[in-house]
Amino acid sequence: MKPDLLKKLQHITEQNIIDIENHKKNGNHAIGFYCLYAPTELAVAANAIPLPLCGTRQAPIEAAEETLPRNLCPLIKSSYGFAATDTCPFFRFSDIIVADTTCDGKKKMFELMSEIKPVHVLQLPQQQNFNLFLEPWKNEIKNLKTVMEETTGNKITLEKISNAIKLLNRERRAKKRLMDVAKAKPSPLTGTQMVEILFKTGFFADKETGIDLMNEISDECETLIERGDSPYTKETPRILLTGVPIGLGSDKVVKILEDSGASVVAFENCSGYKQTFQVDETCDPILALAEQYLSIPCSVMSPNHGRIELLDEMITNFQVDGVVDLTWQACHTYNIEAFQIRKFVNDHFHLPYLHIETDYSESDTEQLRVRIEAFLEMI
Amino acid sequence: MISAGIDIGSRSIECVILNNGKIREMRKIDTGFDPIGQAKQLLKGLEFDTILATGYGRNLFEIEHEATTITEIKAHARGAVCFFPGAITVLDIGGQDSKVIKLNESGKVIRFEMNDRCAAGTGKFLEIMAQTLGFNIDTFGIEAAKAKKDLKISSMCTVFAESEVTSLVAKGENPNEIARGLHIAVVKRAVSMLNRVSSQGPVVFTGGVANNPFIREQLARITKREILVQKTPEMNGAIGAALIAMEQNKGKEK
Ligand code: SF4
Ligand code: SF4
Repeated sequence: MKPDLLKKLQHITEQNIIDIENHKKNGNHAIGFYCLYAPTELAVAANAIPLPLCGTRQAPIEAAEETLPRNLCPLIKSSYGFAATDTCPFFRFSDIIVADTTCDGKKKMFELMSEIKPVHVLQLPQQQNFNLFLEPWKNEIKNLKTVMEETTGNKITLEKISNAIKLLNRERRAKKRLMDVAKAKPSPLTGTQMVEILFKTGFFADKETGIDLMNEISDECETLIERGDSPYTKETPRILLTGVPIGLGSDKVVKILEDSGASVVAFENCSGYKQTFQVDETCDPILALAEQYLSIPCSVMSPNHGRIELLDEMITNFQVDGVVDLTWQACHTYNIEAFQIRKFVNDHFHLPYLHIETDYSESDTEQLRVRIEAFLEMI
Repeated sequence: MISAGIDIGSRSIECVILNNGKIREMRKIDTGFDPIGQAKQLLKGLEFDTILATGYGRNLFEIEHEATTITEIKAHARGAVCFFPGAITVLDIGGQDSKVIKLNESGKVIRFEMNDRCAAGTGKFLEIMAQTLGFNIDTFGIEAAKAKKDLKISSMCTVFAESEVTSLVAKGENPNEIARGLHIAVVKRAVSMLNRVSSQGPVVFTGGVANNPFIREQLARITKREILVQKTPEMNGAIGAALIAMEQNKGKEK
């Protein structure tokens, strides 16, 4: 990537913090989100900035363990730890937290978090059967609309929601375009760079700036592809990472894979390709949000056939040579689903598959390295 | 062609020299605190055309000696196929870890699982328990086989098992029976990993623990599968590495 683009990327976090601060000084609001199931459109429709707060760093985990059990998913501990130690500026900016009843660990953690900051919990159904669950989920989204109005003092009209949907659809298209540059063989970006870009562009005060930046990077990558410029060769093994969300600080598996000579080209997780859906712009906006968000294929749903469909499409389109399935320690839903994913990848694609269970710490780096190197030897 | 394989484990280092694929020399040394120094010591006076390193110290060795490396998974798979052509399941229990490897008909690794996070179910576990009971590790299996009945050990964690053993001894339980219980605990742990990865057919058993006759016997009894062990199972990784070194070098010459 061009040096000026890299530089821009380096400084966007600081810039984002300043921008959000200014936005708040002007009497505006910021809303904290922890999970992809919560429609951020409603925050945008209320002229508030949605902030993805999901904890991806090891640092606050020790403090979180003073309250939470040690044997808990690091994502939950990190998220809570940032809140409890007040060390995340984006948490501080948030006027209210929007949470969801996803996995057991997370929903019980939110009970504790609500002692630190107001938390509004969406009752997320555990099944995507629209006949049974679309109506209650739609009501949850209507309630969220009211909560957003009360928090910000701004009235949310249907038109405002439609506009927010259009804006975020454009953002998701920009994201998809960016992730799709790695379909090129070889990819112009490393997986580590991709994680960094996706992570950092989540915090823009102004969505348009984020969209522009992503498009600028995609343009640049397309030129690189034309020139045949890549950190890899056509022979570099192409890996798809599936499973739990990752971000800066929780991307060690991507780093080890790439240190060991692979190129991570695709991310089937909620920090990656699960974010590339489009909300229907032609029907009632509340219904459209309810349908699209309930369809997100996360392992907290039972059954979760959508993940297999998404994997099917991605393994083919990204010309993948092997699949790594990541589970955070003590995440039962992803851990158990690994059995089905392995079977699908082996039977349907006859590709090597590696399941990794780990946390955010560096303590098992060498053990992971052996597994990852042995996995790459299988390709 | 003379090819060498060196397996740098966390407890011991093994080195094998092959002359056109036939074993010419085998050496072994404790890893101690200085794996690279010990590896050098082990290689002293040996001559070879090519060398390949495996084991947890492989990357350190690579930097030091310009050797290529493979993981112990691939090395053990290659070694197993050399002694037992057509092998599809390999169980390796070494000093500090254990693993199960599944191969396809052409000897390629298609799946593996490892336990390398704790000493439970490894050679280290047996060593500590032998010590606690006052047995020699080399005859620990023979002592266990003398027991007439099982004494169930409930802790698998090395630290807890050690205190459990101490209190069993204090209660006056028979040390041979305790030894038997400990051996069976190790086998059961290996079996659950084994069945997860590959549940049928003969098992090639490698690593130092495969020298223990009672472990072999119980493994066969519990799995009802044929257990295949070569004469020097602790050398299997180094042999596999030396074979691959030879094959890679031949490829280059062509
Ligand atoms: S993994 Fe599932 S439950 Fe967790 S944040 Fe992502 S979508 Fe939500
Ligand atoms: S990774 Fe698993 S355990 Fe952790 S928050 Fe997500 S669903 Fe829950």
